[in-house]
Amino acid sequence: MQRIGVFVCWCGSNIAATVDVEAVADALSKEPGVVFATNYQYMCSKSGQDMIREKIKELGLTGVVICSCSPRMHEATFRKTCESAGLNPYMVEIANIREQVSWVHKDKAVGTEKAIILGRAAIAKVQLNTPLIAGQTPVTKRALVIGGGIAGIQTALDIADAGFPVDIVEKNPTIGGKMAQLDKTFPTLDCAACILTPKMVDAGQNENIRILSYSEIEDVKGYIGNFDVKIRRKARYVDEEKCTGCGTCMEKCPMKKVPNEFNMGLDNRTAIYIPFAQAVPKVATIDANYCLKLNTGKCGICSKVCLADAVDYEQKDEILEEKYGAIVVATGFNPISLEKFDEFAYSQSPDVVSSLEFERLMNAAGPTGGTLLRPSDKTHPHTIVFVQCVGSRCDASAEKGKEYCSKICCMYTAKHAMLTREKYPDTEVYVFYIDVRTPGKGFDEFYRRAVEQYNVHYIKGMVGKVVPEGGKLKVQASDLLDNRQIHIDADMVVLAAAIEPDKSARPLATKLTASMDTNDFFTEAHPKLRPVESPTAGIFLSGTCQGPKDIPETVAQAGAAASKVISLLVKDNLVGNPCVAKPDELMCNGCSSCEKVCPYGAITYEDKPFRGPNRTTLIRRVAVVNPAVCQGCGACTVACPSGAMDLLGFSNRQIMAEVDAICK
Amino acid sequence: MKTEDMIKEITRISGGNPAKCMKCGKCSGACPAYDEMDYHPHQFVNMVLDGRIEELAGSKGIWNCLSCFACLERCPRSVEPARIIEAVRVVTLRKAGANHLKPDDIPARLDDDIPQQAITSAMRKYAK
Repeated sequence: MQRIGVFVCWCGSNIAATVDVEAVADALSKEPGVVFATNYQYMCSKSGQDMIREKIKELGLTGVVICSCSPRMHEATFRKTCESAGLNPYMVEIANIREQVSWVHKDKAVGTEKAIILGRAAIAKVQLNTPLIAGQTPVTKRALVIGGGIAGIQTALDIADAGFPVDIVEKNPTIGGKMAQLDKTFPTLDCAACILTPKMVDAGQNENIRILSYSEIEDVKGYIGNFDVKIRRKARYVDEEKCTGCGTCMEKCPMKKVPNEFNMGLDNRTAIYIPFAQAVPKVATIDANYCLKLNTGKCGICSKVCLADAVDYEQKDEILEEKYGAIVVATGFNPISLEKFDEFAYSQSPDVVSSLEFERLMNAAGPTGGTLLRPSDKTHPHTIVFVQCVGSRCDASAEKGKEYCSKICCMYTAKHAMLTREKYPDTEVYVFYIDVRTPGKGFDEFYRRAVEQYNVHYIKGMVGKVVPEGGKLKVQASDLLDNRQIHIDADMVVLAAAIEPDKSARPLATKLTASMDTNDFFTEAHPKLRPVESPTAGIFLSGTCQGPKDIPETVAQAGAAASKVISLLVKDNLVGNPCVAKPDELMCNGCSSCEKVCPYGAITYEDKPFRGPNRTTLIRRVAVVNPAVCQGCGACTVACPSGAMDLLGFSNRQIMAEVDAICK
Repeated sequence: MKTEDMIKEITRISGGNPAKCMKCGKCSGACPAYDEMDYHPHQFVNMVLDGRIEELAGSKGIWNCLSCFACLERCPRSVEPARIIEAVRVVTLRKAGANHLKPDDIPARLDDDIPQQAITSAMRKYAK
């Protein structure tokens, strides 16, 4: 029989207001095995913890039950407390009487009764608990960063700076991401390229960083500290080692009609290409969808003109297998497709553009060399209408758009409006807004400058429709403050499209077993206290893959993710979770059910000799669990038809004892 | 009927939800009959939410709504102003005595003075 101590927490008034803590302690003191029961205002406080320690020593407790908040909150705290008093941490059980009782019940009598029942269940479980000792696994001191935008670059630089090798896997031919496409950045108006490209060069030259561009994650196995990752290096048909990035192949390539994705399809590039002048690595890539040689067998000009002999039409995808201790997801965002927003005539007129397209039209390295011209007739627009919240803040039941605020649009629209007025003072600029959201350092001042200094017309209302007519865009909109409908003949309309996570994020999350929200943003381990960690151990989040954010926030999060990775990689060993599956070999019938359901690949089978009757030896196929890989999810224990699989710390007997105690 | 009940009744009939409105004004930006109305689509929604239903029902504007559903189609919040205003019309019609119009009665009642929208509303109401 265990000697159990029960500690009931008030959690201030959080629990005590709806649960009679005195009565709970009193009732639980009468349970079998309980030698001590008390209640206290804040069990998690220093004095509360001291009391637990004292009682363990004084009464020789062999098990402890804490009736308090969710184990997600303070289980680790109380386990540590008990461990410091010499008790095995797995002899501690938490009865959650806050989230499951006081916060969901109003009636004190009902709450008290339920709290007693949950306490009883925890006591019944402790009776069957056995001390568990966590194993240790070594850490591979190397990190993988998935995505080479500003988030990935910054994370990699920070990890590399601490002396650990990092690989950046980027699906495009160059790192740089969305920031490389931007013209200026709010609210300081620094040129995006001027602050980004030095970082790209740093990443390219850092001896601890290896850039695997034009590559994708194929498969991820393993666990924190020990990931095995397969990386597909897509065939770029150019030898990266040999290519000097001279660009001669691009000049000579006869296939010049490929939509240039770097310029949002506003101009064309060649089939063999370097995305932009400051690309890192500065290596040419052949677009297999358009290359004449690859598609028709005729041509081969790039190979002939290449002085470095770098072109290789026979190149194949390669699979690289690498080991990492930590993985950082930095897969970024894209603007949503605007095709469903017919009311703004996006598909009907080339002069209706998305904000990212407008960004390219303003950029000195863009399709117009930085001169703002209408895409349709290459004339200077004199009236520009900006529409905010296109596809953001939509109702969940609406057929198009996202529920969330995309966060960056108010500021970049103010930037676009301001820059337009600065460069072309003869242009009338209208911004239709629902709310102007500027909660950031220097943000509201920036927006006010657009209004006060640059005379941008900010109109509270929304554009209802845009009709292309006679070379103009007829804009019909509401002006809510004036309670009137207005009509503007615009030359260009710019739509602030909502942003969404990159499409590669969802399949990647499946490979990583990392959780996502309904919008495909990666979820963090705790929304406030663990914002850069995924709930899956060893996976970290950087940048907009976790939620909409601007560049300063992305860089801050990238640094935070790096520091979490560094604090993992400096450890030589990791203490594992001892609550892992354990098969009873004598009961296992070798059916493989558990192996099939295990999401972590922790279960294998082996043929083992067993003693049979009359001194014979039987070879039987039995399940073996790798405790370092097992995450203790319990799927195998449910799948096992013979009841051979059990979870240490959550055995079937323990769970049934809890159920019995509840149903008593 | 109490104001609260009236809000509930109109919300129920319309199947929309004025509380979802974020006051963006896209409905009024989309409305082709905007200048024909004393109250505009975004105001319909707000007036129902505010309980100013008598005032809204008394306005001529609600009969000038074309029931073209442009506002409903473009509303990003699924508030569906067109349905809300139609509900106001339905309630107004019922109150006027023509309580529970039967579809069979409609042909006999058609004359040049009946607003087109009332017929459309009645037909749509019985379409299910």
